[in-house]
Amino acid sequence: MTLRTFGFNEFGFLLQALQWTIVLTVIALIGGGLLGFAVALARTSHVKAVRFAAGTYIQVIQGIPVLMILFLSYYGLSLAGLELPPLVAAGASMTIYASGYLAEIWRGCIQAVPKQQWEASESLAMTRLQQYRYVILPQAIRISLPPTVGFAVQVVKNTSITSIIGFVELARAGQLINNATFQPFRVFIAVAVLYFVVCYPLSQLSRWLERRLHAGSNR
Amino acid sequence: MPEVTVENVHKSFGALEVLKGVSLSVERGEVFALIGRSGSGKSTLLRCMNGLEKINSGRIEIAGHTLAGDAKALRSLRTDVGIVFQSYNLFPHLTVGENIMLAPRIVKGVAKADTLKIAREVLQLVGLSEKFDSYPDQLSGGQQQRVAIARSLAMRPKVMLFDEVTSALDPELTEEVLMVMEKLARDGMTMILVTHEMAFARRVATKTIFMHKGTIWEQGPSTELFANPQTPELRQFVKAEVR
Repeated sequence: MTLRTFGFNEFGFLLQALQWTIVLTVIALIGGGLLGFAVALARTSHVKAVRFAAGTYIQVIQGIPVLMILFLSYYGLSLAGLELPPLVAAGASMTIYASGYLAEIWRGCIQAVPKQQWEASESLAMTRLQQYRYVILPQAIRISLPPTVGFAVQVVKNTSITSIIGFVELARAGQLINNATFQPFRVFIAVAVLYFVVCYPLSQLSRWLERRLHAGSNR
Repeated sequence: MPEVTVENVHKSFGALEVLKGVSLSVERGEVFALIGRSGSGKSTLLRCMNGLEKINSGRIEIAGHTLAGDAKALRSLRTDVGIVFQSYNLFPHLTVGENIMLAPRIVKGVAKADTLKIAREVLQLVGLSEKFDSYPDQLSGGQQQRVAIARSLAMRPKVMLFDEVTSALDPELTEEVLMVMEKLARDGMTMILVTHEMAFARRVATKTIFMHKGTIWEQGPSTELFANPQTPELRQFVKAEVR
């Protein structure tokens, strides 16, 4: 029997897979960010029906496991005749997942801007759009930076779930190499270290942003 | 024609009726002081005048606009009616200059060079020319409040509303804000102010209105009203406030 050992080439394979983890994370954050932003705005709308629809969306997404979203978009849609490549299914699922959480995080940030800022800008005859654009969002974005970066860490780790549908990101690559080498400790410690190397600086960044924005001014 | 007309205005928050049929009229260039205990409805009345609170019934006309439901008419009214709040409410992410220039530029479409000129002018009026590039959190409370006044003035309002603008300030800072307001009054601005500064009301306001339990309890020229209160409620209030 010729088992491979976990060596330089195998580590290189993990590094390549790590790139896909990062690609998937970026897709989730950009796609989920755009969608989540729209939902966050809808969640703070003056129109009750819009608020309700956005709230329901958030509740549903947060109330079901990411895995189900993934299965639905990969297997569900293929049953319906729509065969999605793993990257698309994985990207779409992570986007939907991220949008549900980012929407809720950002809703909180928008509502964290004091009510008086709405009143002051309203009293200066601004339209609601102008209030968002010039007064509320610039302040909300500042508030949102630490929790958003913190959530990005969750996304990085949760991309591992897409290994289930055969998308070769870092976790799936670890499985494949372990199957060939049967050195689970070496392999998965290497995988864990790679996740850590990506996530730790993000966590630190989030903490740094939080300290900075707290200690300093409102600017 | 009066600059401000309030006619039989009623306003409730849920089951609580805070304004029970209030009427008043303010001529151009007059300064009205609204006084009374907390909960008497004076702040609510002021906030109704620029539509921050919706009235349940009655009529308000102000600076040539009739207060109505639709958003566009309300915005048009607000370009002519400025309001200053107790908590300043400057935009913390913008400099003093940007705070002042924002609304004239985006709401009224004033050219950038002109907004700059307006900002310098109103800042000079409140005595803060050197703070153009400062951020609100670098200013004292009194300075922030003066910037808030300048920000309102930059819209060239016909009527200015002041909602307890010195209540959050210590006496020294209160004085500098009151001086700015007195200057405005002298320059002929139509002003309605909710205030606890009785000496200021007596000196600057042409007329003082004492509100009690959601109604206008007593009103008259300021000097007379303070010198010779007719109702026991006002007598007691004046005694407690002036003490």
